Amino acid sequence: MNPANTRVRFRFAKLGKVRFTSHRDVARLWERAVRRAGLPVALTEGFNPRAKVHFGLALPTGYESWGEYVDIDFRAAELAAADIPTLPERLTPLLPEGITVDASVAIDPRSPSLQQAVTSCTWRIEAVGLSPSEATTAADRLLAAETVTVTRQRKGHDVTDDIRPYIHTLAVLGPLPGHRPAGTSLEAELGTQPRGLRPSELLGALAGDERRLVLTGDDLLRAVANDEPILEEGLVCRTHQWVDGQGARHEPLAAPPWATRAEQRAS
Amino acid sequence: MTTIWPELELLLAKVQKPARYIGLEDGSQRPHHDQRQVGWLLVYPDAYEIGLPNQGLQILYEILNERDDALAERAYAPWTDLESLLRARRLPLFSLDTHRPAAEFDVIAFNLSAELVYTNVLNCIDLAGVPVRSAERRPEHPLIGAGGHCTYNPEPLADFLDFVVLGDGEEVVSEITEVIRDWKAGGRTEGSRQHVLRALARIPGVYVPSLYEATYDGTALVAVEPTVSDAPALIDKRTVADLADWPYPRRQLVPLTEVVHDRLNVEVFRGCTRGCRFCQAGMITRPVRERPAEQVRHMVSEGIRRTGYDEVALTSLSSADFSGIEKVVAGTIADAPNGNAVTVSLPSLRVDAFTVGIAAEIQKARRTGLTFAPEAGTWRMRQVINKLIREEDLYAAVESAYSQGWRRMKLYFLTGLPTETDDDTLGIAELGRNCVEIGRRYHKGNASVTVSVGGFVPKPFTPFQWFGQNTVAELQRKIGLLRDDLGRGKGRPSANRGVQLKWHDPKATFVEGLMSRGDRRLGPVIEQVWREGGVFQEWSELFAHDLWVKAMADHGVSIDWYVYRHRTEGEVLPWDHLSAGLHKDFLWHDWRDALAEVGLPDCRWTPCYDCGACTGYGIEHIVASATPPAGGSQGTGQDLLGGGAVPVTLLGRKPEPVVAAS
Ligand code: SF4
Repeated sequence: MNPANTRVRFRFAKLGKVRFTSHRDVARLWERAVRRAGLPVALTEGFNPRAKVHFGLALPTGYESWGEYVDIDFRAAELAAADIPTLPERLTPLLPEGITVDASVAIDPRSPSLQQAVTSCTWRIEAVGLSPSEATTAADRLLAAETVTVTRQRKGHDVTDDIRPYIHTLAVLGPLPGHRPAGTSLEAELGTQPRGLRPSELLGALAGDERRLVLTGDDLLRAVANDEPILEEGLVCRTHQWVDGQGARHEPLAAPPWATRAEQRAS
Repeated sequence: MTTIWPELELLLAKVQKPARYIGLEDGSQRPHHDQRQVGWLLVYPDAYEIGLPNQGLQILYEILNERDDALAERAYAPWTDLESLLRARRLPLFSLDTHRPAAEFDVIAFNLSAELVYTNVLNCIDLAGVPVRSAERRPEHPLIGAGGHCTYNPEPLADFLDFVVLGDGEEVVSEITEVIRDWKAGGRTEGSRQHVLRALARIPGVYVPSLYEATYDGTALVAVEPTVSDAPALIDKRTVADLADWPYPRRQLVPLTEVVHDRLNVEVFRGCTRGCRFCQAGMITRPVRERPAEQVRHMVSEGIRRTGYDEVALTSLSSADFSGIEKVVAGTIADAPNGNAVTVSLPSLRVDAFTVGIAAEIQKARRTGLTFAPEAGTWRMRQVINKLIREEDLYAAVESAYSQGWRRMKLYFLTGLPTETDDDTLGIAELGRNCVEIGRRYHKGNASVTVSVGGFVPKPFTPFQWFGQNTVAELQRKIGLLRDDLGRGKGRPSANRGVQLKWHDPKATFVEGLMSRGDRRLGPVIEQVWREGGVFQEWSELFAHDLWVKAMADHGVSIDWYVYRHRTEGEVLPWDHLSAGLHKDFLWHDWRDALAEVGLPDCRWTPCYDCGACTGYGIEHIVASATPPAGGSQGTGQDLLGGGAVPVTLLGRKPEPVVAAS
């Protein structure tokens, strides 16, 4: 990296309606916010200079997160070290409602990229249509299995994988609160390397034979037409991304108090 | 029910591009709903990414939300994937801002910018849970209104719309709000719908189709006349006198996801008197009303600062005609905050006004795509359509652009124009090749042009409203001629390789033509196409030509009669009871002049020829500069490339032929 630049890592949350923006949309929103804040962002060379913004592990469109990360390079000479902690409060008002910047720290530009560093994520998953007892039976079955072989899509190809090693933990938290549709709240820590396991794929493994997992519009139309019992993905939230440090795992940037996040989510 | 969000969010996880449906744009508002207020749902009946940038809708959204007695939210047509899920889950069309059911609003108002969205209008009304035919609506149903350019012939939609607004909406939305507010206060009682419609019909610029009756003699239309005394025999359009009073949108919506024209847009003037005879927008928006240059500069710098955009489009029908455009462009680039580069784009750029000066200013920032619209391939054809651009003007513009670093540009043409010969059509290929060769002088093999060809659709309130549109087969033949001529081994093979030909589907052109000049008898045709699934007809992948042909046949409606037939002078046209301010005899004379290949000058800088647009309303052009912009051989028969004063010559009713300088 250019020594004239400072790399700053930001931690942010993506909650509520804004979760339906794509990873690409979020990248553009950050670029625009940084430009509106008048920050001295470093630009790429060339005909169409762009801000130097590096995102971590993509969050699937439609999922919430309490802990997303982005690294941005600034022109060091124009960004005082004392300014760095003030950036969250400057940027949050320039981002759409639901995206809140929680922390910012200058990092060593030689540290590994976010995509390499993160080894697992913790997820809260609403399994809509699945009762807590059904969920418990299914979770016990999964956790007891030696291997769980599934066929799934990766980069447009079908691949057959044993997904069991990716399921680090899986817990049934209880029924969904009253204002939510009927279903069960789950918490799972899922590995990200090498191929990763998505919450929807975990739900597929939990669905079993009694319920049809409905992920696409066509699935839903078919299930409604046949009046089948279904399992839908409700709110899914990435609560943590974990880096395996020496001995202890930690988050790329320390988390703000959970209470704040939980409140925001409930509103 | 106040919001369907909890049900909707489960569906959004299952559709393409769900960010289309969430709202939250910077500049969006979440009005508090109060029973005493008139709730407007402003709908753009096409996909979000097409509708979001629409400036007309955004202007009304702000004006209505500024009023104490009104509130406004927005909706766009849900894409087919979400529509089927909504229907399966029995959920209605919803507003984007608070995700309320559409039927909870008092007015659902559609922006009609294109004829091919008509079936989407029906679909949206139905999805809102409102009867599609206005005759079947009851007091509890919202009023269904429409505005936008297509309302100059709303007759094909007469069965479905409760009211239609002609012209500028800035003032009339408030007058409509007051009428509806009183209706609400009166409790929307049984039978009151008729009263509110009659009250609306008394507002100038508002047309209530159900208060008019169309009579026919065989196939011929005899008249469209009011059936009640409140409804005027002739409905005049609305015109705001001075754009300076309406600096809107003040807070342009900044989308969270990709849309077309994703940039700051500042309207620099409305109206156009270049007099291109095919151009409905130019005719119906007269006179010219420029925004003061200071206000433009303020709206640009304020907009850039607020939105974080790095591109601004100075919009109008012919932006290079804006008085002192070069200064405004230079000022915009100089005003850019934090030394960030700001790109200026000038949509609808006339080639005769594209100078090296403008090219150099624009390219100081990032280069955007350049589109020029010569419209026709030969000087003769351009005289017929009154787009008096000389070939040298085009080549000079193209050379300016190539010399300033552009490597590719787009040229837009029409085919199927009145009196067009095969030589005229082939002239398009020739111009394309010549432009490529100019580019090669600067960029060797890298220079190219995209030649985009659209089929001509005659529009109401233009001199070409009497012209019989080319058939699908004829348009296909002409496109075939061009493909052939630009193919291998034809013309100049090396230059041919630099020309990329694109064309609009002649079948879609046919449907557009059908709607443009149709009458009330097309209502059942539109309804049938919609019922059989023909929605999003602007989208080639969903366009259903066969459904239209079948519906025409099923209802015994002749395509020939509606689309391909030349109209006669004395014929009653379906929009004769509406007025865009233009005298019908002016249009007729201009049509005869077109056939005689006679041009007509621009009345901003030459004397008024009384088309009716100003005289009828006691308003005038508002133009800051007494001299025409650079270029502008338009109609004056003079070489004005450097700009300069125009000698005033009085023109009679029949203008002198324009002599080509070449
Ligand atoms: S009334 Fe006269 S000045 Fe006004 S637009 Fe028509 S011709 Fe031009």
